[in-house]
Amino acid sequence: MNTVFKRTPVLKDCPTHYCPGCGHGIAHRLLAEVLDELDIQDRTIGIAPVGCAVLAYNYLDVDMVEVAHGRAPAVATGMKRTNPDKVIFSYQGDGDLAAIGTAEIIHAAHRAERITVIFINNAVFGMTGGQMAPTTMLGQVTATTQQGRNPSNGQGYPLQVSEILALLPGTVYVERCALNGVPGIRRTKAAMKHAFQLQLDDAPGLSLVEVLSPCPTYWRMSPAKAMKWIDEQMSQVFPIARLKG
Amino acid sequence: MCGNEALAEAAIVAGCDAYFGYPITPQNEITAYMSERMPQEGRVFVQSESELAAINMVFGAAATGKRAMTSSSSPGISLMQEGISYLAGAELPAVVVNVMRGGPGLGNIAPSQADYFQATRGGGHGDYRTIVLGPSSVQEMADCMPLAFDLADQYRMTVMVLADGILGQMMEPVVLDPKPRRELPPKPWALTGMKDRPQNIVRSLYLADGALEELNSRLMAKYQQIQDNEVLCEEYRVEDAEIVVVAYGIAARIARAAVDQARDEGICAGMIRPITLWPFPFEQIGAAAETFRMFLTVEMSCGQMVEDVKLAVAGKCPVLLHGRPGGGVPTIDEVLDKIRQLTIRAGAA
Ligand SMILES: Cc1ncc(C[n+]2csc(CCOP(=O)(O)OP(=O)(O)O)c2C)c(N)n1
Ligand code: SF4
Ligand SMILES: [Mg+2]
Repeated sequence: MNTVFKRTPVLKDCPTHYCPGCGHGIAHRLLAEVLDELDIQDRTIGIAPVGCAVLAYNYLDVDMVEVAHGRAPAVATGMKRTNPDKVIFSYQGDGDLAAIGTAEIIHAAHRAERITVIFINNAVFGMTGGQMAPTTMLGQVTATTQQGRNPSNGQGYPLQVSEILALLPGTVYVERCALNGVPGIRRTKAAMKHAFQLQLDDAPGLSLVEVLSPCPTYWRMSPAKAMKWIDEQMSQVFPIARLKG
Repeated sequence: MCGNEALAEAAIVAGCDAYFGYPITPQNEITAYMSERMPQEGRVFVQSESELAAINMVFGAAATGKRAMTSSSSPGISLMQEGISYLAGAELPAVVVNVMRGGPGLGNIAPSQADYFQATRGGGHGDYRTIVLGPSSVQEMADCMPLAFDLADQYRMTVMVLADGILGQMMEPVVLDPKPRRELPPKPWALTGMKDRPQNIVRSLYLADGALEELNSRLMAKYQQIQDNEVLCEEYRVEDAEIVVVAYGIAARIARAAVDQARDEGICAGMIRPITLWPFPFEQIGAAAETFRMFLTVEMSCGQMVEDVKLAVAGKCPVLLHGRPGGGVPTIDEVLDKIRQLTIRAGAA
């Protein structure tokens, strides 16, 4: 018998708590594959966010820390500056990175911290029950925008953090990908690998991969429809692009 | 050397690997000094974008087993409370220096002791403690740093140094003599990459039924051990004193002079000076209260430590307060007058 697909060692052998069709599970798998392929399990330290991925250390078999909501880039700074030989990554949601942690990510980038950031944009606060995130689409119904997000109700516009970060001299690489089917998943993995490779090469700045990631539960859609929604809606506002580097 | 610089150099001598900070008066000398000296020593200095970031940088460095510190003053320390709570939950060692200024709000930049409650009660959320050291001279600003790092490592917790603007700015000669170190436990929990060992996780989330309660009990047992073993206080001319002044930090310097002058006038005055504010010297003050006498707390606030003094005295003797809030500093004469008034009144009664 031929093995065509197997668990990658950095991904632990256990069921996850994620909802069916959730992008976090796919992103974890890709991340684990990348850490295995680069053979850096024994020198990597990961930072789990506050959000649905708070328990990422239950699935990723690398040294990990769980930190306060949004503060991962500051924690990563403390780690990388004192351990330049280690590979440091943060894994953050859009509430974590683009709302409460905006200052921390902007300034880690502005200081050109040599860290890697995996930024999971699912256009909602998943963990707290599907509230509006800064990245929520106009018209999108969430627990706190029940009539659909509407800027004239003071609810603001979708925030394109990656575009902002790409403008800063302190980032070496910013790419937006999407988990919206096989090509998108392959591209996301390649982007993650490149981001880590840059850190391994001691490239002089922060590398970030934004991942448009389905949250079927709070998008109130089937997993298949959620993938399509990324294609048809989300990527119109958050274009899939290599924004920098 | 000014107190702030003495403290900074002492931290370097004590093996501080990393300093993270955001400027604020009256502790700017620490940040400036570290920005020069840490790189010279091949160590880490980062000027952070906020105190929120600074304390989380400390968290990151500490999680990898490094000795890390930050310093700030009152408004900045308020911003750090989230991080201090997370450090407590994750059981990470850290040293935080608060060179206090007047509050609440932006307050002023004058010296103050108004953050006693915040420091000793824990300004962040959850059941936790921090060890709090109250130096009283430039020499003690220096001496408390090796102790702070050792205590932090030994108990895996935050140690706060609670100083004030006068101690920070004051110039005095200082000898940097790293105290004989404690025997410190290794750090097998540190995140160093899982070379030749299974995964390490540093966290403060405990969702399983009863798991957090277990952590809380373990923390409380540790705190009890600290209360039993780590109290530091100075007793000065207490033995036959009819009035005992209780003061810490710069207020204790002033109180000591007032006690000496009172003695010159024939008044039996003494002083107890807590050096650890948490753990507080409840026993020592309680023992002094076994003989009937008066207690006068002198502090630069509306009266915060006085609550602990009352707890220690437990109603056995009167406890009075001379407090100067808002950046006011008590004078020796003021304290002496208070001592005179109180002893005359007690004598007449
Ligand atoms: C200081 C603080 N504020 C609020 C929360 C509650 N909270 C937990 S997760 C979260 C949002 C998470 O959203 P996101 O980062 O997008 O992650 P997702 O769950 O969508 O993956 C919030 C607001 C918290 N834990 N801490
Ligand atoms: S709520 Fe959304 S983001 Fe969270 S696990 Fe479920 S699908 Fe994933
Ligand atoms: Mg989200």
